[in-house]
Amino acid sequence: MNEVAIQSDGVATPDFKKIKKKQQLIRFLKGILFLMPSIILFAVFLFYPLIRTIYLSFFLTDASGSTTVFVGLDNFINMFSSPVFRKSMQSTFLFVIFTVPGTVLIGLFLAILANEKLKGIGFFRTIYSSTMGISVAAGSVFWLFLFNPTMGWLNEILNFFGIEAIGWLTDPSWALLSVSITTIWMNLGFIFLILLGGLQSIDSYLYESAEIDGASYFYKLRRITIPMLSPTLFFVITVSLINAFQTFGQIDMLTSGGPQNETNLIVYSIYQEAFMNYQYGTASAQAVVLFVIILVLTFIQFKLGEKKVHYQ
Amino acid sequence: MNQVELINVSKSFDKQQDILNDINLSIKKGEFFVLVGPSGSGKSTLLRMIAGLEDITDGIIKINERAVNHLPPKDRNLSMVFQNYALYPHLTVEQNILFGLRAKKVNKQEQQKRLNETCQMMEISNLLKRKPKELSGGQRQRVALARSVVSEAPLCLMDEPLSNLDAKLRAHMRIEIKRLQKRLGLTMIYVTHDQVEAMTMGDRIMVLNNGRIQQVGDPITLYNKPANLFVASFIGSPKMNMGKAVFSDQHLIIEDDLHLPKESIKSAMISETKNITVGIRAEHILPAEDSGVTHELTVVNVEQLGNETLISFEIGKELWTAKWLGQWNVHTGDKLPVHISADNISFFDSNSGRLLEASSTEKEEVLAI
Amino acid sequence: MKIPLRRKVIFYILLVVSAFLVFAPALIAFMMSFMTNQDIMSGKLIPTTITFDNYLAVFERFPLLNYLLNSFIVSIVIMIGQLMLSSLAAYAFVFMEFKGRNFLFFVFISTMMVPFEASVIPNFQTIRDLNLIDSYAGLTLPYFAMAFGTFLLRQNFKQIPKELKEASEIAGMGHFKFYLSVVLPMAKTSLITLGVYGFLTSWNMYLWPLLATTNDSVRTVQIGLKQLQTQEQLNEWGVIMAGGIIVVIPTLILLFLGQKRLQQGLAEGAIK
Ligand SMILES: Nc1ncnc2c1ncn2[C@@H]1O[C@H](COP(=O)(O)OP(=O)(O)OP(=O)(O)O)[C@@H](O)[C@H]1O
Ligand SMILES: [Mg+2]
Repeated sequence: MNEVAIQSDGVATPDFKKIKKKQQLIRFLKGILFLMPSIILFAVFLFYPLIRTIYLSFFLTDASGSTTVFVGLDNFINMFSSPVFRKSMQSTFLFVIFTVPGTVLIGLFLAILANEKLKGIGFFRTIYSSTMGISVAAGSVFWLFLFNPTMGWLNEILNFFGIEAIGWLTDPSWALLSVSITTIWMNLGFIFLILLGGLQSIDSYLYESAEIDGASYFYKLRRITIPMLSPTLFFVITVSLINAFQTFGQIDMLTSGGPQNETNLIVYSIYQEAFMNYQYGTASAQAVVLFVIILVLTFIQFKLGEKKVHYQ
Repeated sequence: MNQVELINVSKSFDKQQDILNDINLSIKKGEFFVLVGPSGSGKSTLLRMIAGLEDITDGIIKINERAVNHLPPKDRNLSMVFQNYALYPHLTVEQNILFGLRAKKVNKQEQQKRLNETCQMMEISNLLKRKPKELSGGQRQRVALARSVVSEAPLCLMDEPLSNLDAKLRAHMRIEIKRLQKRLGLTMIYVTHDQVEAMTMGDRIMVLNNGRIQQVGDPITLYNKPANLFVASFIGSPKMNMGKAVFSDQHLIIEDDLHLPKESIKSAMISETKNITVGIRAEHILPAEDSGVTHELTVVNVEQLGNETLISFEIGKELWTAKWLGQWNVHTGDKLPVHISADNISFFDSNSGRLLEASSTEKEEVLAI
Repeated sequence: MKIPLRRKVIFYILLVVSAFLVFAPALIAFMMSFMTNQDIMSGKLIPTTITFDNYLAVFERFPLLNYLLNSFIVSIVIMIGQLMLSSLAAYAFVFMEFKGRNFLFFVFISTMMVPFEASVIPNFQTIRDLNLIDSYAGLTLPYFAMAFGTFLLRQNFKQIPKELKEASEIAGMGHFKFYLSVVLPMAKTSLITLGVYGFLTSWNMYLWPLLATTNDSVRTVQIGLKQLQTQEQLNEWGVIMAGGIIVVIPTLILLFLGQKRLQQGLAEGAIK
């Protein structure tokens, strides 16, 4: 009986190693199948363009964008020595410095206000997040009127206080600031929503125990709210930074990069170079610079984000 | 006939080696087999390997005499009940129960027939249209059981299915599951960390610790003849009283405290072993009235359970507990005369932990019934 | 927690003032869209007479309805595409085990480092070479794959107990069926959140439709608004504002309905 069993086992027992290998392959193929659509699209619309952009940046091109002459690093050298590009970089960084702290601080202020458990708070939350639903084009149109030198409300208000009218979008010393204000307003809704979400995920028992200890409002804000919110804040800052570097629509609608290239931010500069001047090579060189900036920023986010900041 | 057979089975994870070692086991058809062991001993892992949810690192698992190492769970013809029941929250009770049959494309009539039978058996016919979150813990448990029953798989695996229930319901469900298993003739492999559950439900029990089999046997054997110190202390409640023991000229001295006359110990093997640990069950530290005072012990704690009384004493560094039937008016600090007989003591080798000799009286007690 | 009255009053004042400041640009535009040109020119704050002429004018002089429809189609298509691709990918990352999964996940993360704006030149060429300029496909395809959506859904799928998957394996249910009949229904709220987010961002897209459309056939309403603004010049603000209001109404409604969900969902996806 025993012998028979062993014999039949010898026949019946399959080669598990082989089968395991095959099953692993099948599992792999199934996994790839689920990821395939995303992978293909990422490859076509993200990774290929990335390589292509770097490739193009070493060439001159014709009007359709085909490469003509290999110029090595000339595009980059010309770019960095070009006053227009340097101006563009300067404006971009200034713009970032204006908008990022502005958006985050105002967003934080609104989120803290709207996190209070008061009657009708839902209404205020909706209002504060509303700019997320207002497109760049529509928002630009709204502000275009406010900035209007003769009829615009901003100048009317100045007028009311006896202050001289300002060429918000036409005066080189004001244009970048005006665009920044518009941008802060536009990005506020999104940043507000995320910060509010972060605030609401803070455990309420933290506040309750502080309450029992008799902590003041601002003490709680400084010692509980801000430290607990730090991962969200960190995320929001990085997102705003990346968004700021990619700003395009409001420039196109409000100033078209003017006056005197004051608001010629980097994406607008790429757009003009590529699609107005048909200089795909130099435009690509600029795009490479933009890519490097974003790369560094995202990288910092991942590196620091891992540690989950909880400053005390 | 063996329903399930494990031959030299072992398991390692990438991050952790030797979760299970050299498991050899056969489970007979229609048997209620309990896997018991402390948390992290590898019970779930072993069960999941049988189910096909976990890779087998080494060895062979056979179901119905057929090696199944390479088969996915669905081809092993078994059902499983999970600790958290694994009910689909968005499906009604009916859809949950029929989930497996629909996946296997059993025809509609057959589905309905089995559903009706099962629901009647489990007494859940009135819950069919509800969602799991509208059920009590016990009802969820029943639905999970029903889902397993309806599959009509001959082998059923359960991983701590009662641990989310309160004590009363648990006691009730223990009986119900056991009855269900017998009635349907299922082969059951049941995982628990609760030795009471193991003792009350299992036809046979396997005690697992650190990924190694400690002992396999029926409940009474495990209780009376624990193969080693681990099983001795794991099985039984309250826990078996233990202590280090040495031989002097005339005495066996336990924890430098209790003295027992040496001549009462017959086995020569025990006297030859250097380091001895002795164990005695709580019910074998007897009230002295019955059979003469052997020792006077100071009471350090008393637990009144109503039908019985648990009394603790300090023996050297160890805390021993006696279990006396009925209600006893004793207080902490009292000096209590007790009777301890060497016949009731089990002897273990302290180094290997192995049993040297089991207590002798217990066998007689069992036979006497 | 009880809030003292004095603090309550301060909060309400701050809330109201901030709300007014934040909403003012939209509110002004809203009022202007009902004003006559004369009212606007004379710098009135509140319209003396309410008129719908601006709305009539903008629909008459402009293929606005056509643009709205285009935007609607484009946004819906992108939304559905994103939901499908993200949920499939998230499913693979959560419920499937295979060699190279971690590497592929890293690839997905790395896509966050490539800004669409920086790769717009080759993308334009690709779409042009595929003859997809002025087509819905050209407008939508580049946006289907989405790392953020994949992460958000992955976070959510991870909360589905793995026993549910195992129970389905024992029952003999395959991956795709489990994905359809268990995972998607259970993740409904997250899918809605992501859908709302996807619709909002697609509706508001600017740079890509500007490049990928050359005529009215598939042009979206955002680009239409830009044209309206450049063509109408400065005198007819009422008409421009009417256009602007029409553009923002669908998204504002969506936002008002889904604000709570968005806020929870985005926070979840943003911070693990
Ligand atoms: N996927 C895994 N990867 C690495 N180690 C694991 C994995 N799953 C389980 N382990 C380890 O295997 C050991 C046994 O785990 P198992 O879940 O089988 O224990 P258990 O006996 O069921 O315990 P419990 O009673 O707590 O459920 C544990 O030490 C656990 O840490
Ligand atoms: Mg377990």
